[in-house]
Amino acid sequence: MDKKLDEQYYRQLLELQQLDFALVELTLYLDTHPNDMQALQQFNQLAQQRQQCANQFEMQYGPLMQFGHSYSKYPWQWVESPWPWQV
Amino acid sequence: MWIYEKKLQYPVRVSKCDPRVARYLVEQYGGADGELSAALRYLNQRYSIPDKVVGLLTDIGTEEFAHLEMIATMIYKLTKDATPRQMEEAGLGDHYVIHDNALFYQNASGVPWTAAYIQAKGDPLADLYEDIAAEEKARATYQWIIDMTDDVDLQDGLKFLREREIVHAMRFKEAVEMIKADRETKKVF
Amino acid sequence: MNAVKPTRDWYPFVGPFDPCPPKYVKTYYVPPNQFIPYQPMNLPQFSLADALRYGTLWPALYGPYESKCSPRGSETGG
Repeated sequence: MDKKLDEQYYRQLLELQQLDFALVELTLYLDTHPNDMQALQQFNQLAQQRQQCANQFEMQYGPLMQFGHSYSKYPWQWVESPWPWQV
Repeated sequence: MWIYEKKLQYPVRVSKCDPRVARYLVEQYGGADGELSAALRYLNQRYSIPDKVVGLLTDIGTEEFAHLEMIATMIYKLTKDATPRQMEEAGLGDHYVIHDNALFYQNASGVPWTAAYIQAKGDPLADLYEDIAAEEKARATYQWIIDMTDDVDLQDGLKFLREREIVHAMRFKEAVEMIKADRETKKVF
Repeated sequence: MNAVKPTRDWYPFVGPFDPCPPKYVKTYYVPPNQFIPYQPMNLPQFSLADALRYGTLWPALYGPYESKCSPRGSETGG
């Protein structure tokens, strides 16, 4: 691993974790409240924000997902950055 | 299908090497009411339950795998550089002999995970009540583990996981109400 | 966050031949999901940062628990 994990790594990761957690909560809530328009709007808005946040993170620290859901630079980046349990 | 995401759901911190607590924590890894049981229980129940609650079972089942990874991370950090002697002093001598410092799907007493822990009755109420009970049992287990450690960083991650049990139980209770309601909206594909 | 007290007490029978020092009161926890039959819409929310920290987006579902573990060595069985 040649990418040093700086303070910014942890800050950006936390921001993404915060957005994603709200999306998890809203997902489970919408599963039992499918007609809550306001929650649905909040869900869609946060989904857009998380996409931007994830893109930014991946540009800096490599792909978060596999099977074509994230892009990779050369050489193949998947194993280059540390694994979640290591950081 | 499932797509892995290379991040934890919650930033797990552990402030000391403490295999003693790892030994207890494994209950939530491969124990009866642990995260593996939860994930497999919910995802497996999906195939025989009314469509309106399949989304919820899918999503909670998927979140449980994120929790499984958090527990694995805690155990990994608690035992990472522990020596054989430290493992032995923590009551993990037998574990070390069998597995070195590797993780294994077993409970806090070393009993390997078994499908007998989980049930699928094909009856929506029976299955959902099992799910609610499983969440409350997991909540209680988290409480007792939180009582066994003074590591506030570790407690922090465990408190997050415990709170998730409360929210999941809330959603399963709502799913029971959806199942009870006598208004099925017919979907035609 | 909890409108109602989250714990309940009960008083176990104390037998004259119990070998361990008796506990006169036992306490168990009742989570907030027991007081909400079906979550109402538009409940107040935590900020995103607090939601992650507390493990839920809604204060109404937040039921904290504190460790009974005091620093090792100074544990008072209680």
